[in-house]
Amino acid sequence: MTLSRRTMLKLTVLGAAHSVLPVRGIVSQVFAAPGAGDAKFLLVFLRGGYDGTNVVIPVGSSFYYEARPTIALPKPDPNNPQAAISLARPGDAAVWGLHPALKDSMLPLWQKGQLAFVPFAGTDDLTRSHFETQDSVESGMPLAGAGNAPHTYGSGFLNRLASALDGKAEPVAFTDGLPMVMTGDVVVPNVSLKGTGRAPFDDRQMALLSGMYAGTRFEPLINEGFELRKTVAEQAEMMQSGNMNAEMQAANRNAMTARGFELEARRMAGLMRDKFNVAFIDVGGWDTHVNQGNAQGQLATLVASLGQGLAGFAEQMGPEWSRTVVVVLSEFGRTFRENGTRGTDHGHGTVYWVLGGALSGGRFAGEQTAVSAQTLNQNRDWPVLTEYRSMLGGLFRRMYSLDASRLDRVFPRTVPRDLGLV
Amino acid sequence: MTTHHTFSNFSSFCFRAGLTLCLVASGWPAYPSSSSGPSASAASPSLGRGDLRWLDRVTFGIDSATVARYERLGRGKFLDEQLHLPGDDPPDLAVAVGALSITQQTAEQRMRAVVAEQQRINGVGGVGGRGGLATEDDKQKARTALNLAGNQVLYETTKRHLMRAVLSPAQLREQMTWFWMNHFSVFAGKANIRWTLAEYEASVRAHALGRFSDLVMATVTSPAMLEYLDNAQSSVGRINENYARELMELHTLGVSGGASGSRYTQQDVQELARVLTGAGLNLTDITPKVSKERQSQYVRRGLFEFNPPRHDFADKKVLGKTIQGEGLPEIEQAVTLLCRQEATARFISRKLATYFVADEPPAKLVDKMTQTFEHSEGSIADVLRVMFLDHEFIASLDKAATEGAAYEKFKDPMQFVVSSLRLAYDGQTLTNYQPVIGWLTQLGEPLYGRVTPDGYPLTEPAWTSSGQMVRRFEIARAIGSGSAGLFNTDDNKPGPNIGFPMLTNRLFFDVLEPALGARTREALKRTASQQEWNTMFLASPDWMQR
Repeated sequence: MTLSRRTMLKLTVLGAAHSVLPVRGIVSQVFAAPGAGDAKFLLVFLRGGYDGTNVVIPVGSSFYYEARPTIALPKPDPNNPQAAISLARPGDAAVWGLHPALKDSMLPLWQKGQLAFVPFAGTDDLTRSHFETQDSVESGMPLAGAGNAPHTYGSGFLNRLASALDGKAEPVAFTDGLPMVMTGDVVVPNVSLKGTGRAPFDDRQMALLSGMYAGTRFEPLINEGFELRKTVAEQAEMMQSGNMNAEMQAANRNAMTARGFELEARRMAGLMRDKFNVAFIDVGGWDTHVNQGNAQGQLATLVASLGQGLAGFAEQMGPEWSRTVVVVLSEFGRTFRENGTRGTDHGHGTVYWVLGGALSGGRFAGEQTAVSAQTLNQNRDWPVLTEYRSMLGGLFRRMYSLDASRLDRVFPRTVPRDLGLV
Repeated sequence: MTTHHTFSNFSSFCFRAGLTLCLVASGWPAYPSSSSGPSASAASPSLGRGDLRWLDRVTFGIDSATVARYERLGRGKFLDEQLHLPGDDPPDLAVAVGALSITQQTAEQRMRAVVAEQQRINGVGGVGGRGGLATEDDKQKARTALNLAGNQVLYETTKRHLMRAVLSPAQLREQMTWFWMNHFSVFAGKANIRWTLAEYEASVRAHALGRFSDLVMATVTSPAMLEYLDNAQSSVGRINENYARELMELHTLGVSGGASGSRYTQQDVQELARVLTGAGLNLTDITPKVSKERQSQYVRRGLFEFNPPRHDFADKKVLGKTIQGEGLPEIEQAVTLLCRQEATARFISRKLATYFVADEPPAKLVDKMTQTFEHSEGSIADVLRVMFLDHEFIASLDKAATEGAAYEKFKDPMQFVVSSLRLAYDGQTLTNYQPVIGWLTQLGEPLYGRVTPDGYPLTEPAWTSSGQMVRRFEIARAIGSGSAGLFNTDDNKPGPNIGFPMLTNRLFFDVLEPALGARTREALKRTASQQEWNTMFLASPDWMQR
């Protein structure tokens, strides 16, 4: 990876016209602006292994209530605000319920068909180790022989997707460092949107700084970094000033009061509707071994914030929402049974979320099985019936009309599975 | 303590008087441990580009005192002094370290207090046990208070590390402490680790320039490591292989089939895991029941415990060698065995050269270091000496840096931040390290913050994303403009107004200026203020490399 990145940067410096331009315009010149109709993709990674079982809840399973005596969510009951919310059609018996913390944010999207859940989703990795599984998910490579999985593979699947889109990709990571999933041959800028969003330096200072780096291997990176920070600053200013059209103003009323992850997500949407089309963000804190709570508590707070963020994102995307797909995943699920400290331990399968303005959602996608003691993986956690690479492969093939050879570059040796969501 | 106070007064007198050399008591050489400030630097223009860059590798970065010492002793003697300076802090730093609450308590006292408090909150027998606080609200309050106390212990441990990195004249020891803490990495956020981290680091630091096998043994018997890699949970019949695997893959031999020539098997991992059974922690004052014939094998040192009933006493075979079941001595045998392998000598030598010399260190140099490691039975000082005095390495540093040159090293976040502070504040004692910790976190390299046991990468590509480069410039500005509050109190109450540092000082003109690239000179000429000049200098490509 070291060599390829370095070599690539040098080639960029030597060979490409855009790299010798001054600060302004680098990001937009590296890749052509996506034309109308082009898809946008956001991956949301819940780090720590989120407890899907208490978010998309198997309320139809008596085993669920046996296995979680203190942390289970009550069965759907319109009169009980602490209860799970039925996801069945009116009149049908509830099989699945939604965490009540998502009532105002995700339930409306579900009802509009803009949200689908993929239960029994995950990886083939059984280490139940956060770092190994996060790395292997982000690399998106098939696992090597048992017990032999290398820690890293040199590139991440979103970087390979950007590369397979032949210059149409505008990738970005909304993180402090460059995450594994975005490493590889394509230079991907990164910026955390947690900060104020002010431009770090004025134009004269930026010119001085990039002047010092002219001709070095860092030049394209620095110009790209400045360009991104300027874009972020402009966008933050616009969200504050209200200098925008009516539809954007409507979305913006909510942005002015948003805080925490919702504010971050709305700013992310502002950048993605104008510019970026392959994006990544991660949200931590999901490793709920102790006192995870039920309708209130640790997990409820995290889920509420995530739901508000995603709903805000959808709204802020405006008309671009119909071209956008968001996938929410985590490295693994958690134990089906609660542990001795009112929490859950590292498990296996989990529930992925897929969102989008033009999604055929409002339903459960992918292979399913009954939730019972007999169907647990190793008598411990959810089995994996939909492997993430095949699912994302199927999604990317539809979204970007990728042929087999391009898809194989993104996810080598994967049979894509089409869940019919886009 | 009297000596320390006396010295402290004396050095502040030196500071006021602007003297350059203060004679030091108590075994420390005549080394100005608290510098006389930038304006009084004794640096002369005699230092060449090669001297400067060599000093930038042996230390976290130059300050006036280091340059003066180097000019006085010359390369060979300077290095020997660095390799043999005492492990004790120099007097004035010792006063600052002594004032920390972590210095006034042992890990054992601290852990006992934590366990007692947890029992007061939750009752005996954990959650759902007997007793404990009455209401959930009281419990939550008490847990929050305990958590804050833990954060304070972690802050002090981090502060101690940073104070030494910035101020100690024993720069090579402090760099090696960082290096080994990264090599034997633990994550402060797991289990009880933050409470025992100060002692873990002290034991690593004590062996940082000593014998490698002693260093490994210190980590094998440390509560932090035994907790971090789950060995405390491993026992006969209920084996956890985590530590055994990392002890071979990350700490000694290098990954099997990798560049070090390491060739262990899954069987070796399992056998070593059996050797390691019984090594764990005991947080209580209760001695576990041990049968009569095994009682002599029970070992207790502070929180470390070797508990025979948890140990697998059957014979094991590690790397083809039989280890007979005899308890704790098995672990010593296994560590000695691992440290004597050529793969270990090569793996460690290469890693040292990657950190100090180049991302892709020359094979010839790694060979030389590997041989020294083997002949000296793993003397870290001997291996470092061979590396730092290597003729080709030294010759390469004299040459003008060309883009992508073989011996170039891009500073990692720790080196960037610490070298900037050393240059900017040149021996002055910072009081508030919270901003420094924040910078290291933003740049992705907080101390004790690596979740995975592999430690932070030592090569350039890990630290040069576009977002991280711009973040470095912002940190350069925070340091260069003096706006970060580094002289405030720890809880960020305003301290003395020190203003911004003056980087256009003698140290700069005598030592740094001659080596600057043309584009950097040009940018510095066009700056609008001293603060901006400082910022540009600390943000320059010249300063990003060492």
